Amino acid sequence: MLVAKNITKKFSGVIALHNVSLELYPGEVNAIVGENGAGKSTLMKVLSGVHTQYDGDIFFYGEKVRFGSAKDAERAGIAIIHQELNLVPQLTIAENIFLGRELVSTWGTLDKTQMRHQTKKLLQRVNLEMSPDTVIAALKVGQQQLVEIAKALYTNAEVIIMDEPTSAITDKEVDNLFTIIDELKAEGKIVVYISHKLKELFLKADRYTVLRDGATIASGKMKDIGQEELIEKMAGRKVVIEKNVSDVIYNDPLLEVKNVYLKNKENAGSHLVNNASFTLHKGEILGLYGLMGAGRTELIETIFGLHPKRSSGSIAVEGEQKKIRTPARAIASGIMLVPEDRKLQGLCLDLGVRPNISITVLKQLEDGGLFLNRKRESDLTTGYIKQLNIKTASQETLSKKLSGGNQQKIVIAKWLAKNPKVLLLDEPTRGIDVGAKSEIYKLIKELAATGVGIVVVSSEIPEILALANRVLVMCEGEIAASMPIAEASEAAMLTHAIHKN
Amino acid sequence: MIAINNSYKQRIKSLQSLIALVLLCLVLTVLTDKFFTADNGLNVLRQTAVNICIATGMTLVVLTAGIDLSVGSILALCGAVAAGLLKNGIAIPAVDTYIGFTVLGVVLAAMIVGALLGWFNGLVITRFNVPPFVATLAMLTIARGFTMLYTKGQPISNLGPQFAFIGAGSFLGVPVPVWIAAVVVLIAVCITRQTRLGRYIYAIGGNETAARFSGIRISNIKMIVYALAGAMAAIGGIIVTSRLDSAQPNAGTSYELDAIAAVVIGGTSLSGGRGSIWGTVMGAIIIGVLNNGLVLLNVSPFWQQVVKGCVILLAVIIDKANAKQD
Repeated sequence: MLVAKNITKKFSGVIALHNVSLELYPGEVNAIVGENGAGKSTLMKVLSGVHTQYDGDIFFYGEKVRFGSAKDAERAGIAIIHQELNLVPQLTIAENIFLGRELVSTWGTLDKTQMRHQTKKLLQRVNLEMSPDTVIAALKVGQQQLVEIAKALYTNAEVIIMDEPTSAITDKEVDNLFTIIDELKAEGKIVVYISHKLKELFLKADRYTVLRDGATIASGKMKDIGQEELIEKMAGRKVVIEKNVSDVIYNDPLLEVKNVYLKNKENAGSHLVNNASFTLHKGEILGLYGLMGAGRTELIETIFGLHPKRSSGSIAVEGEQKKIRTPARAIASGIMLVPEDRKLQGLCLDLGVRPNISITVLKQLEDGGLFLNRKRESDLTTGYIKQLNIKTASQETLSKKLSGGNQQKIVIAKWLAKNPKVLLLDEPTRGIDVGAKSEIYKLIKELAATGVGIVVVSSEIPEILALANRVLVMCEGEIAASMPIAEASEAAMLTHAIHKN
Repeated sequence: MIAINNSYKQRIKSLQSLIALVLLCLVLTVLTDKFFTADNGLNVLRQTAVNICIATGMTLVVLTAGIDLSVGSILALCGAVAAGLLKNGIAIPAVDTYIGFTVLGVVLAAMIVGALLGWFNGLVITRFNVPPFVATLAMLTIARGFTMLYTKGQPISNLGPQFAFIGAGSFLGVPVPVWIAAVVVLIAVCITRQTRLGRYIYAIGGNETAARFSGIRISNIKMIVYALAGAMAAIGGIIVTSRLDSAQPNAGTSYELDAIAAVVIGGTSLSGGRGSIWGTVMGAIIIGVLNNGLVLLNVSPFWQQVVKGCVILLAVIIDKANAKQD
C-alpha cells in the first residue's frame, strides 16, 4: 500500500497542503474528493514526483520513498493520468506508448514489429479496437485516455491515479473505463480516483478521503457514508465573510441570455455550454458558481464573443438583440470581460500601466482623430491609479512588475474607462492577497450601485456569498439552479454543482 | 535608490545601439583618417537610406511579432513598375487610349502597388492563418516572378534626369535619398509613438490574446502594418531604380535580410512588442558604417560578411542577457 504521512507543501508562502495524511490500499479504488482548490491535484503531484519540494514522508509498501522527478515515480510504479492528457498528437499509439522506452533490435534499429505487437496486446486489454499505427490526433479524448491507461499497464504501474477521468467522455466510454478499473482492482493495483461525480464514486470507489483547504478532513469506507454526509464533509462550515444580505429587488432587465450552446471542440456532439439562459438586471450582481469544467468560463466567453464558430443562442442588451461574434462587438454592446488569466488574457506585461489602461479608449484620446493627447491620457491614468488605489511606482512602470492584485486592478480600470453596461468577471480575486481582495469586492459593489450589471464567476463559495444578489449554479454545461442570495448556502450550491443524475 | 538605479539602467538600454554606433565610429576614426569626414558621412547615409526605408517598415511588422521576407522582391517589382510606367505609360490600344505618367505619378503608383502587395500578405496571414514567415516567403517568389514577367528579364533604363534626381540629387547639401529616409522614419516614429495604430501594434506584439480581449481588431491592424511595410519597400525600390537610372529585374535580392539585421541590431525583439524605430535606424547605420569602415580598412568583402554576422549575434546575445535581468 501507499501511505503519505504529514505532507505539507507551500508555494511561495501560501500553504497548499497542511499535514495531509493518506492511505491507499491495493485492490481497491481509492476516491479523493474535495472542492476546487482543496489540494487534490497538489497532493497527486507530490505522489507522482511532479512536486519534489515538500515536508513529510511517503511510504510505498513499507519502504520510505522520495521521488526526484516524475520519471522517478514512474519507474517506481506510479502512473498518473492527467485531466489534460500527455500524449504527442502527431505520433502513433505505438510510438506514444513506447516513447522514451523504445524497443531496439540487435542491429540498434527500432524494433517496430515487436512494439506494434505489444501495443496490440495492450489495446486489447483496454478494449480499444484501433491499429497501433493510428496517430493520436485521430482519436477521441476517451480513446486517448485508454491509450494512457495502456501505457500505464505497459510500465506495470502499481499505482494508477486518474484525475477526473470521466469529465470528457461518453457514457459508453465510461462503462468501458469501469470494466478496466475492475480488472485493475482484481490484479491488486492501487487505483486512485479523483472525481466530482458522486454517482460514480458511490458506484466504483471502495474508500474515500476528503480534502478541504489543503487538509485531510475525513477518510473511511464508501459503504459507511451517505451522499449528503459526504457533501457536508466537503463543504464544512466555513466562516463566511459577511454574506451579502439585501432585499432589493432588481427588475430592470439588462442582459438577456437565451438558449446559449457551445460545442465541445474535442468531443463532437457534446456541449461545453448546454442550453444556458439567464437574465441579468441593472445593478444586480450575479454569482456564477460551478466546479471545474462546469462551463462557467465558457459561458461568459461565449457571451463576450470569443467562440463565434462553435456557439449559438441569443443575447440581448437592454431589450435589443445583439449579434456578438467578436470581443470588439461585445464591447460595442457594452459587455466587457475581466478574464480568468490576467497575465495571458488581460495585460500586455511588457507595456506600462498607462498604455494598458488607456488601450480601450484610445479613440476618445485622439486630437482631431490623429495624434494621441498624452496629457489627457496621463490624467485618465492618474485618475484610475488613485480611484482603484493601484500601487505602482509610476504610470510607466511595466505591468509585469506589479503584484497580482494591482495587475487585476489595471484590467478592471481599462474597462471602467470604457463605461461598461455589463461587466463579466472571471475569478476576479484568484491569487490575490486579502487586502486587494476586499478592495476589489468594494469596487464591484460600488459599480453595481451605479447600475452596472455584474456577473462574477468564482470557485470560492465565500466569494460568491459575499458579493452576489443572486446565484447561478452550473453543472456539466447546464445552469442547474438559480437562487436568491437568501436561499444560497454552501451546501445548497454544492448539491447543485455536483453531478448526480 | 533602487528606482533611480532602475531608470538609469532603462535609459542605458534604450541608448545601447547609439553607444555601440559611437564606439564603432571612434574606433574607425582612430584606425583610418578617411572615415571621419563630412563626405564619407553623407556617403554612408546615402548607402544606408534604402535599408533604413525597408527596415523601418520591417520594424512595424516585427513589433506585431511578424516578419516580412518579401520586401526585397516588392522593392524590385515596384521599382520596375515605376520605371515601366514612366517610360511607356499605359497604352490601351482597344480604346485608343494612352496614359502618361509624371515622376510624382509613378512614385505614387509604385507605392500603391507596394501597399497592395503588403496588404495581400496581411490578408493571407490573418484570413487563412498562414504563418507570416511562410506567407511572405511565398510573396518573395511571387513578386520576383512578376518582376521578371513585367521586365521580360531585361533592365528598364534611361529614365530621364527628373527621375534620376530622386536617387542621385542633393538638397541643401544632403543627398535626396537621405531626406526621403528621414521622412519615412519620422512618419514611422509618429505612428509608433503618437497614434492609436502604434499602440495597437505594440499591444498585439506584446500579447495578442490580451489585445483581442481588449476589443482590438487584430486582422485590420496587421493588414495595415504589412501594407505599410510594402509601401516602404516601394519607396526603397524607387530610390534604387533612380540611383541606377535603371530598374534591374534582380534588384533588392536578399535586402530583407539586411533589414531584419538592422531591426535586430536595433534591439527590437523578434517575438514582438518590444523595440523602436530609432533602434532600427541605429542598427541600419551600424551596418552601413561597418561596411564602409571595412572597405576603408581594405578588408576583404568576404570578411565583411563574417563580421556582419558576428555583430548580429552579439546584438541578440546582449539583448537576451538584458531581458533575463528583468
